[in-house]
Amino acid sequence: MKIFVCIKQVPDTETKIKISPDQTGIDTAGIKWVMNPYDEYAVEEANKLRDANPGSQVWVLSVGPKARVVESLRTALAMGADEAIVVNGEGLDNFATAKALAEVIKAEGGAKVIFSGKLAIDDNASSVSQMLAEFLNVPHTTVVSKFNFNGENVLVERDIEGGAKEVVQMMTPAVVAANKGLNMPRYASLPGIMKAKKKVIKEVEFASLNIPASDIKVKYTGFALPPEKPAVKMISGDASAQASELVKLLRDEAKVL
Amino acid sequence: MGKILVFAEHTNGKLKRSAQELVQAAAASGNTVVAVAFGSHAGDVTAALGHNGASEVHVVKDASLDAYNPESFTANIAAIIAKVQPSIILASASSTGKDLFPRVAARLGVGVASDCTTLAINGDNVTAVKPMYSGKCFATVNFENSSTKIVLMRANQLPVAAADTSKTANVVENAAVTVDLKTLVKEIVKGASEKLDLTEANIIVSGGRGLKEAANFKVLNDLADVLGATVGASRAVVDAGWVGHGMQVGQTGKTVAPTLYIAVGISGAIQHLAGMSGSKVIVAINNDPNAPIFQKATYGIVGDALEIVPKLTEEFKKALHH
Repeated sequence: MKIFVCIKQVPDTETKIKISPDQTGIDTAGIKWVMNPYDEYAVEEANKLRDANPGSQVWVLSVGPKARVVESLRTALAMGADEAIVVNGEGLDNFATAKALAEVIKAEGGAKVIFSGKLAIDDNASSVSQMLAEFLNVPHTTVVSKFNFNGENVLVERDIEGGAKEVVQMMTPAVVAANKGLNMPRYASLPGIMKAKKKVIKEVEFASLNIPASDIKVKYTGFALPPEKPAVKMISGDASAQASELVKLLRDEAKVL
Repeated sequence: MGKILVFAEHTNGKLKRSAQELVQAAAASGNTVVAVAFGSHAGDVTAALGHNGASEVHVVKDASLDAYNPESFTANIAAIIAKVQPSIILASASSTGKDLFPRVAARLGVGVASDCTTLAINGDNVTAVKPMYSGKCFATVNFENSSTKIVLMRANQLPVAAADTSKTANVVENAAVTVDLKTLVKEIVKGASEKLDLTEANIIVSGGRGLKEAANFKVLNDLADVLGATVGASRAVVDAGWVGHGMQVGQTGKTVAPTLYIAVGISGAIQHLAGMSGSKVIVAINNDPNAPIFQKATYGIVGDALEIVPKLTEEFKKALHH
């Protein structure tokens, strides 16, 4: 069977964000780009599913500027994915991205299971997986921390508020968006890295998918850093004095009690 | 002026605060507010929705909608949207809202702004501001090519005024739309904690490496019990297996914005700060005076967390029981 994984390339979590002069985005100079952390769980789960079902293949797919996005696709290949496709496009929103993913998956003959991360840590939208499922007319579950496949259906656990979990069964094909805790992503092996370097990544131009410009629904503007905080007020004294002073300040000055 | 549709979440017939926030914000814009409630207890929230400013409430009182199912919820909300024709839809950026509305947006062919913190409604238009890079910066979300604009707001971001019990809403009963479901929610396993989720909590007490070992989270739990707070954690202690991932605050955990955030033994890695710097008042307790957490804190205490926290618990007990 064919297993797809949709990944996104994002700035590393350690990145200090600077705003571009026109405020339409961030200053990308010097940014270290990595695979979205939640997508690593998606790649790992796809590899595990492939390994448990001989004859299966893992296809990893990403939409973005080709020149840099291929690096994250190679990371996925080094982790064990079999094939990779890049959709070269820029300035797309979640809606148009999901459309592009759906078109490419359809053109490749569809998939039994499609994995993704529960959200991308750049725009924190947690939208593409559900949109993709809708465009493919298949079920989805997001925030998944446990996955099982019995040859026909998938059984997953979805993390919801307050530490509760929903146990969900889906008919395949299905979209599964991974949460942290789903697995421990494997490190890329040296042979894996060598193989990934040589692998030919299939290229698709976004423009060739005939997705209209009106499928861009959302634009981000007015990027700004959070307002500077006033300097911290340090509380001195022994532990007892510090504790009583803090409670007094929270009650009388900050008025949050 | 158009109509604003508010998807009102409730727990067994008790309206969530987030729903009150959204209905009141919608009513304040001068638009007509139409609320929607699902499930066998939906009838129990219609009065409260009216008091908060909804002029019409659509209910689907069907037990099949008691538990969230993406397919049945999408079909049912889409049917009501088709009837009401709202120009704006407001919902909470909760587990349900964040899962459901991107799918609804794809079905309707419209945009969705997820996880927003401020909202500006001007007639039929809406813009929202949302944290990007988990709060390292903010951006304004502008809609294009969207006949209906869907905004998912984070909880606790909008004010709630006292409800006006003289106001009532016209209740419209809807039969459930049935679809061939490919998704079956078999079971809901309750969490260990009955407390509010981190993303909804008004007060959070978070622990990190400075607590020295997993068992010492007990001192935080004691403090949280006195404050009615939810307990969070840094990535370091989650990765070390001290507590579950559901408790992680930060860029690969939960982004939170409570009124009061108390960080105990957390040095303040950039990815943790991203997840909590939107908190109104931040208290940092750490034995390292140079810890980056102090740069984001309102109040700072340098000292041994295990010595200070129990004393703090006692002080809060005294202060809160007067």
